[in-house]
Amino acid sequence: MSIVLIAEQILNGLQFGVMLFLMAAGLTLIFGVMGLINLAHGSLYMIGAFAAAAVASFTGSFILALIGALTAAAIAGAMVELLVIRRLYSKDHLDQVLATFALILIFSEGTRWVFGSFPLFLDIPRYLSGSVELPGSIQYPRYRLVLIAAGLLIAAGLGLLITKTRLGIQIRAGENDREMIAALGVDISRLYTLVFALGSALAGLAGALVGAIQSVQVGMGEPVLILAFVVIVIGGIGSIKGALIGALLVGMTDTLGDIFLVELLKLFTDPSTATSIGSSIASMAIYLLMGAVLVWRPSGLFGASP
Amino acid sequence: MKMGNFALMGAIISAISVFSSAAAADTKVGMITTLSGGGAGLGIDVKDGFMLAIKQSGRSDIKVVIEDDQRKPDVAVQLADKMIQSEKVDVLTGIIWSNLAMAVVPSVTTQGKIYLSPNAGPSPLAGKGCHPNYFNVAWQNDSLHNGGGAYAQSAGYKNVFIMAPNYPAGTDALNGFKALFEGDIAAEVYTKLGQTDYAAEIAQIRASEADAVYFFLPGGMGISFLKQYSGSGVDIPVVGPAFSFDQGILQAVGAAALGVRNTSQWNKDLDTTTNKAFVKSFKAEYSRLPSLYASQGFDTANLLISAIEAADISDIEAFRAALKSANFTSVRGDFKFGKNNHPIHDVYIREVIQEGDIFTNKIIGKVLNDHGDPYSKDCKM
Repeated sequence: MSIVLIAEQILNGLQFGVMLFLMAAGLTLIFGVMGLINLAHGSLYMIGAFAAAAVASFTGSFILALIGALTAAAIAGAMVELLVIRRLYSKDHLDQVLATFALILIFSEGTRWVFGSFPLFLDIPRYLSGSVELPGSIQYPRYRLVLIAAGLLIAAGLGLLITKTRLGIQIRAGENDREMIAALGVDISRLYTLVFALGSALAGLAGALVGAIQSVQVGMGEPVLILAFVVIVIGGIGSIKGALIGALLVGMTDTLGDIFLVELLKLFTDPSTATSIGSSIASMAIYLLMGAVLVWRPSGLFGASP
Repeated sequence: MKMGNFALMGAIISAISVFSSAAAADTKVGMITTLSGGGAGLGIDVKDGFMLAIKQSGRSDIKVVIEDDQRKPDVAVQLADKMIQSEKVDVLTGIIWSNLAMAVVPSVTTQGKIYLSPNAGPSPLAGKGCHPNYFNVAWQNDSLHNGGGAYAQSAGYKNVFIMAPNYPAGTDALNGFKALFEGDIAAEVYTKLGQTDYAAEIAQIRASEADAVYFFLPGGMGISFLKQYSGSGVDIPVVGPAFSFDQGILQAVGAAALGVRNTSQWNKDLDTTTNKAFVKSFKAEYSRLPSLYASQGFDTANLLISAIEAADISDIEAFRAALKSANFTSVRGDFKFGKNNHPIHDVYIREVIQEGDIFTNKIIGKVLNDHGDPYSKDCKM
């Protein structure tokens, strides 16, 4: 195992982590501010990817495709909040889970109805394809570097939004005491719609960015959703900072665990046993991480103490 | 008590239905396949191929009941029970995934129904678990991977990096490859089932100094891998089975797949009259090119029709013999059943090409001739 391989894997973990952050940020905001478990967040990721693929095939522009993904997911999110979610705030979590699960089915079959059952084509633009040589003769795909940069930029922007703007103050106040900010004259239902649309737009953007290097197909959002839930549990529910740290931890563990565990086991046993045991443990690694964090800090790394 | 009543009612109803069906002599087919969710493209292709053959036969005495298994084993089992008990089907078919086939097929065949597999061919059903009522019209799971190994051998590769998802069909795939490949294995990597990001594996490929990569990543997994691989700057040639290069997903992979060699028992350019007619009529009926899954659905229906013409389904011995003789013209060319009722056929190597703005495959050679499967020796039939 060379230094180059390790460096490349760390970059891969970083890239996976920042994309998870885009999903987890929306999920944690929605859960933190509104107390709502939104299982349909993965559907918004899928909507972003499909919208991007549709716009890209129509216009041929990747930038327009990203704008299309942001807009489509934000609109879909706002509609969902206005039509369905609004009725669920006073209900308990089981009702919310049931209703948002129904939304997954509706979105999945609706998407299949509009776009068909075959995966769509969405590719990275030519100017972002190929690989670049980083210091230390590391070959790394240009697009993945762009993903890392974009993810970190959005994280910084979101941090500023939460800490420095009026909307951010309202969001943080909403997390702490929603009756009080309603009593202070903040239009709480408008705030909820805004937060929901913002979270949805981030998920849609993640779907479009990741869709370009993966397959754009119905059901693509649900595996990511599970990881995003792991991230917000690790990071602490409602905390953007927690979501970022949690996402990077999960991304690194998932990417590095796979190869290092196998290499580690190879020191003790023969290669094929090492491979099979190593891959089995690696697929559990993030859940073990989550368990360990919860034992250490039951409300997550940056969660408010209960 | 309740169960006893049901059993009695069942006996009465089936006694009545024996009388009523004697007059009509319709053949009822139950198709359980994946029509929703991520893997729906495969099920729809099988269904469309199957229904095209039924339509072309012009027979009105074949009734097909189609249900969606949602790619869930428990749903498939329920549907099979429902089709056998309340729909009274004679023949079942349609399942795409090996884990669903393992859950459904043994119970169907022990209840005396015929099962024709248009896709999944898990090794237990070809070996010890073979059954006179079970016929696989597609391939045993190892078949195309055997072809991959044989191709890598004949192409002169010495050190191959092999990769598949960590589930039974994945291990079967890599074992199938290794069975006919004599060179070195640079690394044997098992990925997570449903994995979408292959950056870590691609880094390992880059570091491995292999001279070729063989991968089995069906459906969306293959799309993700190929797109990421082509953008990674690694230029080691890749080889795979047809599942990652079928007509349904090639358009989503795009130019990233161009030039890739893949193994298949069928392709649209196979030069036989039956195949040409099939491709032409499929295109006319559904306005898209057929995939290998569609070809398998088409073959399955034609096998069934050939048996119905030769024997009556109420005489199960004669009907099984008619199926076994495989007296139909397969779109893949030569086709016969081995002693475990799995195909003996040729395996080809194809290359992904671009025709106009459509990505498709072209056959560039035959890698295995009249190839059966290694499990038939374990089949006591």
